[in-house]
Amino acid sequence: MMTGTMEHTARTPQHHPDSEFLMDYAGGALREPLAVLIATHLSFCGRCRAEVARLEALGGSLMEGLPRERMSAGSLGRLLRRLDREGEEERPMVMDRGDPAVPYPLRPYLARLGSARGGGWANLPWKKRLKDVGEITLLDSFPGFQTRLMRIAGGSAVPAHTHGGMELTLVLEGGFSDSTGQYLPGDVAYADDALSHQPVADEGHDCICLAVTDAPLKLTGPIARLFNPFIRS
Amino acid sequence: MLAGVAVEALHNVNQTRYSPRAMQPQPSLTDLISDVANRRDREAFALLFDHFAPRLKSYFFKLGVSDQAAEDFVQEVMLTVWRKAELFDSAQAGVSTWIFTIARNKRIDAIRRERRPEIDPEDPAIKGDEDPAPDDVVHASQMGDRVRSAVAELPAAQAELVRMSYFEDKSHTVIAEELGLPLGTVKSRIRLAVQRLRGLVGETI
Ligand SMILES: [Zn+2]
Repeated sequence: MMTGTMEHTARTPQHHPDSEFLMDYAGGALREPLAVLIATHLSFCGRCRAEVARLEALGGSLMEGLPRERMSAGSLGRLLRRLDREGEEERPMVMDRGDPAVPYPLRPYLARLGSARGGGWANLPWKKRLKDVGEITLLDSFPGFQTRLMRIAGGSAVPAHTHGGMELTLVLEGGFSDSTGQYLPGDVAYADDALSHQPVADEGHDCICLAVTDAPLKLTGPIARLFNPFIRS
Repeated sequence: MLAGVAVEALHNVNQTRYSPRAMQPQPSLTDLISDVANRRDREAFALLFDHFAPRLKSYFFKLGVSDQAAEDFVQEVMLTVWRKAELFDSAQAGVSTWIFTIARNKRIDAIRRERRPEIDPEDPAIKGDEDPAPDDVVHASQMGDRVRSAVAELPAAQAELVRMSYFEDKSHTVIAEELGLPLGTVKSRIRLAVQRLRGLVGETI
């Protein structure tokens, strides 16, 4: 009799996010919804962790090569005086928020939903979208992005949806298959307008995924900048 | 030379271990960080400041913030370096890489006002065992010049995309929109750049 659970099955992901996502994550340009997905993939994938470490080293090298901007007189003195006031403060405890059964990068977002500690995926406030599909919006303050957890009953088709951009889907539990292959926990599927496919959740187990759609609104950048006090106009 | 402003600001610091007159070999950035971590050594910290502050200011300036805001962010990054020096692990990354990630996170937090999702390397639930061979990563950070000349040898269109992603806070999808290029073109250029950098500097990048 099988007693192992999905969580204990050591498996190396077979479908990785493309280099451009890892570079944007390492360099810092990736917006939060996609960064959540990439960080969660990293908690499954040693190969991409190594690649991100190398791309961060590239960032360090590039920063070393930046032209040196003159600091104002006295800036170091001001900082040293600030250190005087530091004292030996208590370092704030790192709070382990959220459910240890889910990957670390997702925990603060699930904690915000009020998931029960240790409850896993089942105890989340799923909203029923179709007979076989549940959905939870994880982040709703990013215009142009949709960031959702999806739960698809084993054997059911992932609902077809259209969008004007691209979508990354990360399998968290269970799996799905389509014409491009089978996707299991840790795997990332990429889809855009050029690709039309109909994934079906694997039989026998609910498939839990994180799906992030990026269809940027043309005006997002400039308007965000208008309201940001740090940005020069 | 590293000295300059640092020496001036340090007139009331007694130690002179890093004085140019001592004719000792220049301490490495890693030595300086560990002196800050182990001894709360202000002279070492001042030398780190001299080295990194002008580059960090350049980094924030490129993101479009005012001169004053850039200086404030540099102060906060260097304050984090002071506070977290003992968390720096020279087996995991070079000093420049570590400070780059602090500056990057500051930009995400303070300029873009977003949370930075990251893995916890200590998380027992973390899967996979192909983490970078530490030597590999440190080696990469020590090969700064070679990495920069490798970037300089990239075709202009590829180097520009790398620069925009690292220093202008533009993800590849935003770059595609701004340059009016098909997303697929931007994606394949970045992939080519990453492949070329690998080819030029070996597996260290
Ligand atoms: Zn991967």
